[in-house]
Amino acid sequence: MKSDIKLFENGKRLDGRKPDELRKIKIEVGVLHRAEGSCYLEWGDNKILAAVYGPREAVPRHTQNPLRAIVNARYNMAAFSVDERKRPGPDRRSREISKVISEALENVILVEKFPRASIDVNIEVLDAEAGTRCAGLTAAAVALVDAGIPMRDIPVACAAGKIENQVVLDLGKEEDNYGSADLPVAISPRTGEILLLQMDGHLTLKEFDEALDLAIKGCYTVSKMQKEAIIKKYESLSEVV
Amino acid sequence: MKQEKRAIVIPSQLLGDIKTMKAGRGTFVENGKIYSEVLGILNINNKFINVVPLKGRYIPNEKDFVIGIVLEAMSSSWLVDINAAYPALLHVNEVPWDVEFGETEKYLKTDDAVMAKVLQVDQEHHIQITLNDRNLYKIKCGHILDVEPSKVPRIIGKKGSMINILKKYSKCRIFVGQNGRIWIDGNEEGIKKVIETINLIEEEALTYGLTNKVENLLKKDAKDVR
Repeated sequence: MKSDIKLFENGKRLDGRKPDELRKIKIEVGVLHRAEGSCYLEWGDNKILAAVYGPREAVPRHTQNPLRAIVNARYNMAAFSVDERKRPGPDRRSREISKVISEALENVILVEKFPRASIDVNIEVLDAEAGTRCAGLTAAAVALVDAGIPMRDIPVACAAGKIENQVVLDLGKEEDNYGSADLPVAISPRTGEILLLQMDGHLTLKEFDEALDLAIKGCYTVSKMQKEAIIKKYESLSEVV
Repeated sequence: MKQEKRAIVIPSQLLGDIKTMKAGRGTFVENGKIYSEVLGILNINNKFINVVPLKGRYIPNEKDFVIGIVLEAMSSSWLVDINAAYPALLHVNEVPWDVEFGETEKYLKTDDAVMAKVLQVDQEHHIQITLNDRNLYKIKCGHILDVEPSKVPRIIGKKGSMINILKKYSKCRIFVGQNGRIWIDGNEEGIKKVIETINLIEEEALTYGLTNKVENLLKKDAKDVR
């Protein structure tokens, strides 16, 4: 599919952002009553709800690991989250995303502390606009902290990509659909380790390095917002007189 | 050293160096630096850096007194939820009654509440509890309140100061389980007052001088009633 609209013109993108500018992000902590930890996140027009249950005994029993906890992230897109109604239920794409997010989270959670247990993370995409896996992982990380689960770090994700031969940060919907590459990256901001790295489309080696640097820079910006949101929530609790 | 508020720390926050400080509970060490592993309150005590978690499951310790809710009655034991990550096992040998094989349901059914003591926790976190200790029995009346397990020391107070104040002014029987469940029995008004006060303690657990504040508050209320 080729479009007539210019995605990048005069140093400005379709929605008026600069190449290294993020969409607007809003993070709310502890929004669900029944979950141990939860987070509501708006990233541009993405609306995501993440809930954490556990640690609790893993069922069915054969999935238990006697030495460590298992992390079950479940990424799910609501039927009404996209323009054309999405058939509900897990599909190939959402199962892949669930798997990569689970593995990214497993690397920062201190899983050795809860043998035989499972930590269940439900990521519900209520409104999708491109970059939902990054937004989902970011929300899941905040929900895990809110649940009081011991972690080595608060993971964070952000994407970079290429539109009209220009490397840009955090692709929007049109940029994702008509651009030439998308590179979602999740990192552990304390150590700078990469927890998730996927690529869709083509990039030259030079462009790849540039995009990776840009995405990591974006991650640090988002990480700051995550931490502020968590501290804000719990500071207000301790200030009640 | 008096502070108005205690510092809140988040996971991965740098707390100190291993050369000058020691890593306590709720922290981990990487490359000679001490970091927090949970969302909690910073507590520096005698060179030890501790982080007291704000939220999270109860971590069972042997000899803790807890309040459990029966999940399932099996032929020679019960599975009991004690708000830990894993259900606890209560064997028929660990109850004060003579239970015939297969008749466990006669004594404790699903949703019954018991006061219990943690007997054993093994490396794989299999938990065993017992009712064979003084003052442990099935709960038949009263009210059970859930709080964060990390706030339990605050509700009990130093050497039981806070809980004794509560008992004195409300004339209720109160049992605080280490797992964050509190059993209250007494007249309706007393129970109501205890619940209100405990909610206040939970909300303001981070402030100093809370015991005195609660006492003054209860004193004032008591005068109003009379």
